Amino acid sequence: MIQLFAFYLFATIVIASAAMVIFARNPVHSVMWLILAFFNAAGLMLLAGAEFIAMLLVIVYVGAVAVLFLFVVMMLDIDFAELRAGFVRYLPLGALVAIILAAELVFAVGAWQAGGVDLAARAAPVVSDKSNIQQIGELLYTKYIFLFEAAGIVLLVAMIGAIVLTHRTRGGVRIQNISAQNRRRPEEATRLVDPGVGQGMEL
Amino acid sequence: MTETFISWGMDPNWAWGVATICGILLIALPLMLAVAMIIYADRKIWAAIALRRGPNVVGPFGLLQSFADGLKVFLQETIIPSSANRGLFLIAPIITFTVALLAWAVIPFNSGAVLADINVGLLYILAISSLGVYGVILSGWSSNSKYPFFSAMRASAQMISYEVSIGFILIGVVLFADSFNMNEIVKAQQGHGLGFVNAFGFNLLLFPLAVMFLISSLAETARAPFDLTEAESELVAGYQTEYSSMSFALFWLGEYANVLLMCTLNAVLFWGGWLPPIDWAPLYAVPGIIWLFAKILFFFFVFSWVKATVPRYRYDQLMRLGWKVFLPISLLWIFLISGYLMLTRYS
Repeated sequence: MIQLFAFYLFATIVIASAAMVIFARNPVHSVMWLILAFFNAAGLMLLAGAEFIAMLLVIVYVGAVAVLFLFVVMMLDIDFAELRAGFVRYLPLGALVAIILAAELVFAVGAWQAGGVDLAARAAPVVSDKSNIQQIGELLYTKYIFLFEAAGIVLLVAMIGAIVLTHRTRGGVRIQNISAQNRRRPEEATRLVDPGVGQGMEL
Repeated sequence: MTETFISWGMDPNWAWGVATICGILLIALPLMLAVAMIIYADRKIWAAIALRRGPNVVGPFGLLQSFADGLKVFLQETIIPSSANRGLFLIAPIITFTVALLAWAVIPFNSGAVLADINVGLLYILAISSLGVYGVILSGWSSNSKYPFFSAMRASAQMISYEVSIGFILIGVVLFADSFNMNEIVKAQQGHGLGFVNAFGFNLLLFPLAVMFLISSLAETARAPFDLTEAESELVAGYQTEYSSMSFALFWLGEYANVLLMCTLNAVLFWGGWLPPIDWAPLYAVPGIIWLFAKILFFFFVFSWVKATVPRYRYDQLMRLGWKVFLPISLLWIFLISGYLMLTRYS
């Protein structure tokens, strides 16, 4: 009973907030609706018994990716009149994409009705007393270990690429070298002088 | 608690619902009271370190100072800047406050005394604490004022950076405890150190992680020396600049509830939670919740001690500490701990 209620609550909010992402006038509001959609999708994952995936969804998407979205969107100064100016020019391209998506939807629904592949049986949860994390870990580190490591390498390459693309060395910047500062001793940093009256001293 | 309600002749479904609501109230209401008293304690500790008296007018020893402040704030007018984004401006403090309360659902107060005994407890805490940043960013942006915006940008970069190292530090704890469940983590600490100390912190491999976690939790809650988000000499009051009345009070409450949560996490993850410090039968006569509170208060004292004595970090130094010191060390420690466990536990 409560599962059913929770499912319809989460599902309705996901769909409604996904629609609001598109309809919201203010881009920051759009990102906030997107976050709400992520959050409720995590709720749906919980209902499906995938609590580990649900937590990862919140940690990765809500906690990190959406923060960066929000960051970028807040920094942009978006002029809505200018955005709408290109509406007629991009209309043919947009219509083409819409037609392709609609055709795919029709095919998908048709295939589903024909019942070719029994996806429901494959997606049925395997009953096990082990926790989600253990099950995923056992699969990832045994059966899919090479794919897992390949994914890791792709991410590593992407990370190095991002650093190489954005890295630049600027001359004339004084960077604090903390270990050098800590190594400095009073003997080499200070000098005790005793100048006579009216003589002053050289620095 | 559900069983008690069932034994009173309630329908099991209803009993579960009522028990959950009672549990939420049992955590949230004492927490609010604790926050009020802890603000008072904070001010008294700073005062003692600065050789001042601190609040001493309202009530005996000034004990009621926080309540007087709360009442004053409650009676004030909520001022919304005319160019602010009204909806988000009002939602932001509510997000901060709610998120600060949410994480307490998985904190074990005694053996079995936990509202939601889920087996991804630690991940839940990570997820919830990563939400805390939204209150700050939204308040900074929706105020439509430059100092709050600077503060929001600083806060978000700071929190994201330190969440990374906190995540890796927690992995070390999880590897030793062999579970993400908070209660299991506490139980795994029984007799962990030399066979009689109930704490992960006494493990030579985990002690550096405990120290890094304490420092990271200072940064995560934006307490001194990492309080760049409200550096009053540069940013007036940071993201709270435009807030007044209850919306300001919600930020204040949420911030201190977060500080208490971080103190609790320090106690639960590294220093034995509700277990007595030493695995010795007579000490178990004291209820576990008292041990937990003693540990939380100790860490809170450390937090205010640090705030009263340590100067504020510069922003680039803060980033250097997070990314160039904590991140490599915590990564290295994951390798060390997994290697050690492979040699001793799983070979």
